[in-house]
Amino acid sequence: MPGAQSHSQISSADEVGPIPSSLDAIDALNFGPREANHLLLRAGFGGTPRQIETLAEWGPERAVDHLLNLDGITYDPPEPDAFDKNIMRPNTPAEQNEYQRARRQRDEDALARFRAERQNRQRADRRQMGDIQRWWLTRMIETPKPLEEKMTLFWHGLLATSYRTIENSYHMFQQNQLYRTHAVGSYADLLRAIIRDPAMLAYLDNNDSSKRRPNENLARELMELFSLGVGAYTERDIKEGARALTGYTFEDDRFVFKADNHDDGPKSILSLRGKLDGDGFVSAILAQPACARYIAARLYDFFARHITDGSTPIDRDLDRFLDRLAHSLRKSNYEVKPVLRELFLSRHFYHPDVMRQRIKSPAELVVGAVRTLLTPVRDLGVLAQGMELMGQSLFHPPSVKGWDGGRTWINTSTLFVRQNLLNYMLTGALPNGYDAASSRDAYDPTPLIDGLKRDDPNAAANPEAVARSLLGFTVGAEPDAAVTALRHFASEHGSRVNDKTITGMLVLVTAMPEYQLC
Amino acid sequence: MTNLHNDPSKSNAYTRREFVGAGLVMASAAMIAPSFLHRSAFGMPRAVEGASSIPGVPEDHILVVVQLGGGNDGLNTVVPYADDAYHNARRGIRVLEDQVHRLDERGTPVGLHPAMDGIKSLFDEGLCGVVQGVGYPNPNRSHFKSMDIWHTADLSGTGTGWLGRYVDAECCGFGAGESGTPDRPDPEGGATARAIEPPIAIGREAPLALHGGRVSPVGFETPDLFRWTGADVHESLDAPYHELAGRGAAAAGDPHSNAAFLMQTAMDAQVSAETIRSAVDAKPLVDYPRSGLAQQLSMVGNMIRAGMKTRIYYVTLGGFDTHSGQGGQNGRHANLLRQFSQAINAFYRDLKAQGNDGRVLTLSFSEFGRRVSQNASGGTDHGTAAPVFLFGPMVEPGVVSRHPSLTDLDGGDLKYLVDFRTVYAAILEKWLGAKSEGILDGRFRAAPVLRRS
Repeated sequence: MPGAQSHSQISSADEVGPIPSSLDAIDALNFGPREANHLLLRAGFGGTPRQIETLAEWGPERAVDHLLNLDGITYDPPEPDAFDKNIMRPNTPAEQNEYQRARRQRDEDALARFRAERQNRQRADRRQMGDIQRWWLTRMIETPKPLEEKMTLFWHGLLATSYRTIENSYHMFQQNQLYRTHAVGSYADLLRAIIRDPAMLAYLDNNDSSKRRPNENLARELMELFSLGVGAYTERDIKEGARALTGYTFEDDRFVFKADNHDDGPKSILSLRGKLDGDGFVSAILAQPACARYIAARLYDFFARHITDGSTPIDRDLDRFLDRLAHSLRKSNYEVKPVLRELFLSRHFYHPDVMRQRIKSPAELVVGAVRTLLTPVRDLGVLAQGMELMGQSLFHPPSVKGWDGGRTWINTSTLFVRQNLLNYMLTGALPNGYDAASSRDAYDPTPLIDGLKRDDPNAAANPEAVARSLLGFTVGAEPDAAVTALRHFASEHGSRVNDKTITGMLVLVTAMPEYQLC
Repeated sequence: MTNLHNDPSKSNAYTRREFVGAGLVMASAAMIAPSFLHRSAFGMPRAVEGASSIPGVPEDHILVVVQLGGGNDGLNTVVPYADDAYHNARRGIRVLEDQVHRLDERGTPVGLHPAMDGIKSLFDEGLCGVVQGVGYPNPNRSHFKSMDIWHTADLSGTGTGWLGRYVDAECCGFGAGESGTPDRPDPEGGATARAIEPPIAIGREAPLALHGGRVSPVGFETPDLFRWTGADVHESLDAPYHELAGRGAAAAGDPHSNAAFLMQTAMDAQVSAETIRSAVDAKPLVDYPRSGLAQQLSMVGNMIRAGMKTRIYYVTLGGFDTHSGQGGQNGRHANLLRQFSQAINAFYRDLKAQGNDGRVLTLSFSEFGRRVSQNASGGTDHGTAAPVFLFGPMVEPGVVSRHPSLTDLDGGDLKYLVDFRTVYAAILEKWLGAKSEGILDGRFRAAPVLRRS
């Protein structure tokens, strides 16, 4: 592997073998703080030194099960999980009649009132979408069940829907809750639910589909992007699938099945024949081996290494590993939890080719800063705006393909945004020109060196030891150039270690290109 | 037309020495020169052979898009002053025959709004084309949706941006994104990336039009925001930051790793931030008005003058959503048109003084026009088709296409005559040298808006 030599500073080359193609589990003896940190970064948004220490002490099995057993932990979200569902409600019959009358009689004043009313509602709905965005960001930052939010984000990227198209914030909220309910549950159930989800039905035009003229949009993406991948089906399957999905629509915020608009004739989809409806279509998909393989690859892409952007070529060994994950997914009847358990416990997952090689998504970067460095949140609006500038506005994926991720997150412009937002979170400073004012919330970084203090009080007063400790924790390595640069910085401040110099060091560390990796 | 980048024999052109002398190339960057330097060579004209990073693509052609946001009232911009239907529908906000700048007497006589002297003088010099009645089928009257449709060139308004796809198409495979990691290592050791520079948008957010699948645009309101802000907190952070950011890809070991990619991009960011800042800091060759749009265009003018190889620039002027108190000869809409017109005029005087006018095509559009009849609040509501302006010596000057009928309407709205995608097709094919079919996801016959070269 070309990646191997770059890890010489992490672990000596001779103890690292090639990346395993099996699902063999990691030996508890090899699960230390580095591995615990990796697990927290990937299955969540990273952790504090203390959390890392705890997970390392627990060992791999207990640590992984703690992250996976979402039911075992209760969480009261900061705000109630409730939003106004009536902002974009359909017109009442009375309103509808009045509108029809105004159109017939060309009552321009009445029509203008309707237009103004509609624009007011759209404005209110966009405001609510902002509220929901900040609500989700808060959940990610606070939750004791980080994997639940991480999987919600995974489904949001896989079964992508954008507010920009559907312009209904409550539908987006409902869909988000659906993804959370199925976080580590059954993918099969989720697929059956998604063809009943108002946001998705609107996004892919299934509400415009009819028995006489089936709309193929949902049928196509259901196979191409949500389950099988390109090439695992034919155009005929799309046509037949679209027929099966006719009559699947919604009224207000509820799914309705319109039997009179459903084509109940015989169909042939993939390897299934019969009078198939939407569930029959989904069953036909789930029976395909390509389905489990596709979902396994997408999970791998999200949690382990990028394969969709081509930065990790699928060689024979990786191909076998993915086949094994796919096999495991079929064996569990598409239950996600057992598959993630195998992945998170595998030796493969903790190989140097996997650890510290992934480019953080904007959500991972921003949420991770609070959860690992313990920065103040300061202003959720600024954080959301920053994420948008980095290319990830929650509830607004760029297309039905979701976010491409990987290297596409990074260019010169987004890199500055990433560095500057971290600077803001650490220090509260915003450059002139932003709407929001600088924030004065104090940041106390000293808990980050608690462990150092405990083990060796002298080291905790030594800038170089502190620099090494911070680097190890944040970027997983202590490159000489970085240690030197941080030491130089501290020497400008009398080589004292205090909250100001530690914050300064973190401003520098988070601006390092390596900090973008997890 | 063989336009080189800034001709160094002209006194006003930038030279390489000026750039290096300005101290913007950091010591570390000079040792392992970032790909940005390799490719742009700071605007020095290059010999034809082997200079073009993409064979057959005219690298010196630039497109500037001016977005008029909010829905510009086309009928009060290019006024059908002799049409009674116009005057009857707009008693309170109309512009009179003796007020307009007359453009064309063939077909429906039209004239520019009286506030548009600046564009009228470009028109008289043959530097302006007016395409009338531009729109698309089943017009959408939502600002967001219609803007998305124009940006994506897709009638459902979904997907990537049309100019983003253009850059994608020029940019090739994996690893040759903005930071120009070469697809193949060059035996000479130089960067051979086939990548082109990402588009630059002036503004808080980079518009959807510029977002491709692979390449995303660079966006900034002022160059002061396109930089690392850590040193604002304390100056002692500046030197160590540059030590860390300037390490270059070699520090990562494996050149194919994500770490190497990030280190390369970090170094490119340093250099391009410095380049842009130093370019924009220069005093323009002509005086620009103080309006927002003029200031944006003066930045673009300076970047072009500095020889940056960016091919797509994007600027915006908002406020055209004139539902009430729109005004006629004077007033709110007139002020917006004056800003637009004066800014464009200054921009082309600047480009001409630079000797770069022949390299720069400017397109201006709005997401929709407005309804034919004014409303009860002395304004106009969201409509449909509207004129598109093109500027530069390469445009087919004059008025293109008929004026849409003011009596044969679709529910009170103009029927479009020219599909905006045929204008895009012309720009892609005839100016940017790209095949439009893949980028626009369909075959559109290029509208006759550019001169035959």
